[in-house]
Amino acid sequence: MASCAFVSRSRWLKANGLLLPTGVWLGIFLIAPLALVVQFSFATRDTGVARAVLPWTTQAYLTALNPAFLPIFLRTLAYAFATTALCLLLGFPLAWFIARHGGRFRTVLLVAVLIPFWSSYLARIYAWKALLDGDGLVNQLLGVVGLDRSGGFLLTHSAVVLGLTYGFLPFMVLPLYVACERFDHRLVEASFDLGHGRVSTFFRIVLPGVFSGVLAGSLLVLVPAAGDFVTPRLLGGVGQSTFGSVIDDQFRGGNNWPLGSAMAVLLLLLVVAVLVLRGRRGEDVL
Amino acid sequence: MNRRPWVLGGVAGLVFLFLYAPIAWLAVVSFNDSRSLSRITGLSGRWYGELFEDSRVLESLALTLRLALASAVIATVIGTLAAFGLRKAFPGRSLWTVLLSLPLVVPEVVMGVALLGFCVKLAGIPLGFGALLFAHVAFSLSFVVVVVRSRVAGMDSRMEEAAADLGASPLTAFRTVTLPLVAPAVLAGAAFAFLLSFDDVVISSYLTGVGSTTLPVFVYAQASKRGISPEIVALSTLMVTATTALLLAGVLIASWRARRAGQAAALVSA
Repeated sequence: MASCAFVSRSRWLKANGLLLPTGVWLGIFLIAPLALVVQFSFATRDTGVARAVLPWTTQAYLTALNPAFLPIFLRTLAYAFATTALCLLLGFPLAWFIARHGGRFRTVLLVAVLIPFWSSYLARIYAWKALLDGDGLVNQLLGVVGLDRSGGFLLTHSAVVLGLTYGFLPFMVLPLYVACERFDHRLVEASFDLGHGRVSTFFRIVLPGVFSGVLAGSLLVLVPAAGDFVTPRLLGGVGQSTFGSVIDDQFRGGNNWPLGSAMAVLLLLLVVAVLVLRGRRGEDVL
Repeated sequence: MNRRPWVLGGVAGLVFLFLYAPIAWLAVVSFNDSRSLSRITGLSGRWYGELFEDSRVLESLALTLRLALASAVIATVIGTLAAFGLRKAFPGRSLWTVLLSLPLVVPEVVMGVALLGFCVKLAGIPLGFGALLFAHVAFSLSFVVVVVRSRVAGMDSRMEEAAADLGASPLTAFRTVTLPLVAPAVLAGAAFAFLLSFDDVVISSYLTGVGSTTLPVFVYAQASKRGISPEIVALSTLMVTATTALLLAGVLIASWRARRAGQAAALVSA
């Protein structure tokens, strides 16, 4: 930042000029709508199409923080964190392998991670639905070794976490890959030479080295997983409602916009908390 | 660790299996004789036939393609400009990066309801193609910026300086030196934006108007009532096949060009 004092005015103008279209677009179609949601969250329930939403009240927040919603909130967080952990567990070996051993097939392998996501999101969820069904392939294969389960694995927590992991894995792999590729592998050799074992090298050298990628990937998985309601609804069933589905209900069916808005604001606060915790580490990867 | 990548390779292979198993299953089931997605009763191509006769599916497919194309073009143009704007440090740059990371981290459901409220209650934008376009550009813009920016940051600015020294005007230098260097990233960003728009269910589901239902929203509405239809499975299979072919062709062309460029560079340095 020391050079800022010397940065010419024309460079500042040029940069802001280039950023202006993006700024205007996001200002109108992102910031303004989000500000409106904050305003809605302090409004009185609007029963008709009327625009008047006064008087201002915190009623919506009191309802949203009602203990009745607590299990849903906790379930959402549990799904989101389990999904993030599973994505890390699957994504790290893959990203490391592509970055270290991909050779000239790196690009092809990275593209191969993305290809399944060119089919419809819903079709993929339904594929899992079919695979996890009572007479689906997974149950039949497990039946061979006697581990099958009558009725299959649909409508379980594992089905939801599996579906979410499948849906968001590329968001973990891509930033992790960037971090792994940048990581100087000579550090690992140096660590081995200095007598550190594999475990110690992993935790002291590799993990800190790619941590920005871990943070960026976790952020890109955790937040959408916490907000998703399509996967829990289709794979978990009615009993597995999440925060996202409650918000959706308020806007689509229940018509309680202030309550839905208050819940959306709470979800945004979670985002802000994660962003603040992350700080500036990992900013270069995201 | 370096000398024995087999264990790691095995794990990576299993993750690829996890990624591809459902897709492979979809491809198999699209040739199924019955409507069931979990039991194969016989082989037939009837769902592909019915797909091309279902006018509702084809209409919403056309709308979804137009929307994805339009939003990818807009997002790529203004996102690439923004990526260049962020190239050099200036006061306030970190503020811009915070703004640009917002669409990546705001949950879709929040963005969806916010845009619904905005269009209906504040801006008076009728739900339909326009509202969908505004929203899709807003959520895919940041992905374009991230992808292009990483390429711009890694670019050797001496190339452009050399062009300027050799008498190229800024516009010529940009057209003949800068643009070819960032073109792969711009294309990747455009593909990303297209994909995000093409596959979006949640945000679009709040903004579709009468007669302007996108394919994912149409499928979601249908699926939540009576399950997914085999036609959609057939369509998904066609899409994955088409994009795999396109991507492979792109990668092959890119590596062929890189090899030729490598040979040229070897000649120059020799």
